[in-house]
Amino acid sequence: MVFHLDKCIGCHTCSVACKNIWTDRKGAEYMWWNNVETKPGTGYPTKWEDQEIYQGGWVKNGDTVSLKGAGKLKGLKNIFHNPNMPVLDDYYEPWAYRYQDLFDAPEGDDQPIGRAVSLITGEPMEIQAGPNWDDDLSGTPDYARKDVNFKHLSQAEQEAMFQLEKMTFHYLPRICNHCLNPACVGSCPSGALYKRGEDGVVLINQERCRAWRMCVTACPYKKSYYNWNTGKSEKCVLCYPRLESAQPPACMHSCVGRIRYLGVMLYDADQIQAVASCDENQLVDRHLDIYLNPNDPAVIKAAKANGIADSTIKAAQNSPVYKFVKEWKIALPLHPEFRTLPNLFYVPPLLPAMASVSADGIYDTVSEHLLAGVEKLRVPIRYLSSLFTAGNDQKVIDVFKKLHAVRVSRRDTTVKDVTESQLNTVMNEANIDIHTANAIFRLTSLATFEERFVIPAAHREEAIEMLENTGDYKGSTGFGFKEKPARGL
Amino acid sequence: MLDYLLFGALPYVALAVFLIGSIYRYMKKGFQVSSLSSQFLEGRQLFFGSQFFHWGIVMLFLGHLIGFLVPSAVMAWNGSPVRLLILEFSAFGFAISALIGLLLLIKRRATTKRIQMVSNYMDYVVYLVLFVQIVSGILMAYYGRWGSNWFASVMTPYLRSVFAFNPNVDLIAQLSTSNAMALLMVKTHIASAFLIIGIIPFTRFVHFLVAPIDYIWRKYQLVIWNWNSKEIRTSRNYFPGKSRDFKNN
Repeated sequence: MVFHLDKCIGCHTCSVACKNIWTDRKGAEYMWWNNVETKPGTGYPTKWEDQEIYQGGWVKNGDTVSLKGAGKLKGLKNIFHNPNMPVLDDYYEPWAYRYQDLFDAPEGDDQPIGRAVSLITGEPMEIQAGPNWDDDLSGTPDYARKDVNFKHLSQAEQEAMFQLEKMTFHYLPRICNHCLNPACVGSCPSGALYKRGEDGVVLINQERCRAWRMCVTACPYKKSYYNWNTGKSEKCVLCYPRLESAQPPACMHSCVGRIRYLGVMLYDADQIQAVASCDENQLVDRHLDIYLNPNDPAVIKAAKANGIADSTIKAAQNSPVYKFVKEWKIALPLHPEFRTLPNLFYVPPLLPAMASVSADGIYDTVSEHLLAGVEKLRVPIRYLSSLFTAGNDQKVIDVFKKLHAVRVSRRDTTVKDVTESQLNTVMNEANIDIHTANAIFRLTSLATFEERFVIPAAHREEAIEMLENTGDYKGSTGFGFKEKPARGL
Repeated sequence: MLDYLLFGALPYVALAVFLIGSIYRYMKKGFQVSSLSSQFLEGRQLFFGSQFFHWGIVMLFLGHLIGFLVPSAVMAWNGSPVRLLILEFSAFGFAISALIGLLLLIKRRATTKRIQMVSNYMDYVVYLVLFVQIVSGILMAYYGRWGSNWFASVMTPYLRSVFAFNPNVDLIAQLSTSNAMALLMVKTHIASAFLIIGIIPFTRFVHFLVAPIDYIWRKYQLVIWNWNSKEIRTSRNYFPGKSRDFKNN
C-alpha cells in the first residue's frame, strides 16, 4: 500500500466509505478503521503515537525484539486490568441527535432543538471530542501544539510552525498497516489474531477472541479496536471480500484525490525477525530490503516453488507499490521505530514548497523561487523525519529532492522556463533521470484505476475452497449462518 | 434429607450441566465465549476491583486445588503451628482481598451508567453467588478453625468420594462439629460452590475455562494459510482435502 500525501485533500471520503460498510453497528460507532488526521495534531485516539502512554509496538531487546507493553509475562500480568489500554474517552464518546424532537416539540416561543445523545448510554451529553476534532488545525492549542512528534523539535522550531505566515499542515490518512511483524498478533493471548498467508491481511477470529484486550494496547498505531457491545476486538480487514475478487478496498476505491495505491509485494518472511531487531538507524533500509525484486528470475523461481500463483507473480511485477517503494524510493513507512514493519508506505508531503515570506510579510512568488528547494520548506524536515524515518533527516531530504526534481522537469516540459543547467543540477542532485521523472509523474498524476490497483483475484469461483470443502456446502447457503452479536448470557 | 440433596445429588447435577453446557457453548456458540471486559468503558474503578478480586480468587482456587490434590502435603505443612498460621492468615487475606474487590466491582456496576448499558441480569446473579461464596468462606474460617486442616482430612475424602460416584454425605456432618455456625457456613459454602460450577456455562464465568495458558509456550507470530498453495499448483490436487485423479477422466 502507498498513500501519496501530497495528493490527499483531507475530504474523509475514505473514512465514510469504510464506516458505511464495516463499522456502522452498535459497539463499533466510535471505531474508524480508516481515519484521516491533520498533522501536526494529536490524532485519533489522542496521542496514539506516544508509546510512553500506550506502551505499543516492539522494543529492541539485545538481538531480538520484545513487545513493549504486552507479551507473555507483561500481558498475562495485566490481564485483569490493562493499565496501558486506551478507554472510550481517549477516542471520543459517539453521539447522535434527537432529530424527532424537532418535529414533536409543541408550539412555543423558542426554536426546538435536537439534543445530542450518547450512543453508549442514550442520555443527553455534552460533546467533548470527535474523531477528527483537530481537523485543519482547529483547536490548535489543544491539539496541534501537543503533537507527539514535537519532542524532537526545539521550542523555536515549534513556534516557527505556528506563525501565521508560515503555518502549514498536511493530512495523514491511516488504516491498519497489515504489518510484517504485527504486534497485535504477537500480543493476543488467545491466538485469535493471525496473518493470512495468501495475501498478508491481518485478521481477528471473532470466535476465538476472548476480550483480553492486549491487541488494543500492543498495536502502536491503535488500529485494533474493542467492541464494547460484543466483547470482541475488531480491526480493518482490508475489505478482503473485495480483494479476493480483485477489487481494491473501499477506502482506496472511493479516494477522491486518488492518493492510494495497492499492489503485491513479494518478501522473504525468514528475514522478518532479524530486520525488526536491527539498529534504529538501519530500520528503514533493511525494512525496504526485505521486499524482493519480482523480475529477478531467482525470486520468480523461489516464489513458484513456494506455491505463489502466476497471477500473483505477474501482479507483483506490475505493482505500483514496488515502483514507489523500491524502484524510486520515494515512499517511507510511518513510524518505523515501532518495529512492526508496516506494509503501508507514505510519499511524504513536499507541499507547500513555497519559500518562506520576506521580512515585510510578502510571499515570494517569483517563479524562480517558487520551487525554492527542499531546504526552504516551511515544515521542518525534522518533523517529517520523526514521522517517517525514525529521525533520519537525510532520508526525507533524498525523497524530497526526487519529488522536487519531478516538478522541475515537468515545469521544463510544460512552461519551458527552466534552463538546461538548472534542470541538470536538480536531476543530478536527486539522482534520477528524465525517464524516471516522467514515470513518477505519470503514476502520481495520470495513473488509471488499473495502474493504481494491481490486485490478483483469489479466483472467486474457488473462494470457498480457501475456507472449506465445496462438497460439504453443496446445496447449503454460503458459509453458513452467523450469530447475532450479543454479549452472551 | 436436605444434606443428601445438596451433597449427594447437587454435585452430579452441577457437574453434568457444567460439562455438557460448557462443551456445547464452546463448540456451538464460540462467538459468545468472552471475558466481556468493560475496561474500555470504565477503567479506573475497575483497576482496584478487578485486581483485588481476581488475584484473591485465583489464589484461593489454587489453594483449594492443592488441598484436593495433595492433602497429605497440606497436613505435613500444618504440622508446625507457625506454618499453619502463615497458611491460614494468607488464605484469609486473599479472601478479604477477593471480597473487597467484589464489593468494588458491584459498586462500579451499580453506579456507572456506561457499565449498566452492558450489564444483564446474569451479571448480578454472578455477583450474588460470589458474594455468598466468599462471605460464607470467611465466616467459616473464622468460626471453624483450622479450615486447612479439616479440608485436607475430611473435605478432600468427601470430594474424592463424589468423583468416585459414591458420595459419602456423612462426612459433611463431621466438618466443624464443634460449632453450629461454622457447620452452617460450611454447608452453604459447599452447596454454593456446586451451584457456581453448575451455572458456569450460562454466565460470564466461561471466561476462566478459556484462560490463555497456551500463550506461554506459543510462538508470538501466527500465520494461517487457507489452502495449501504448493499442492494447488498441480491440477491433480485441485480440490484440497480430496484426492481426485484427473488422468482417469
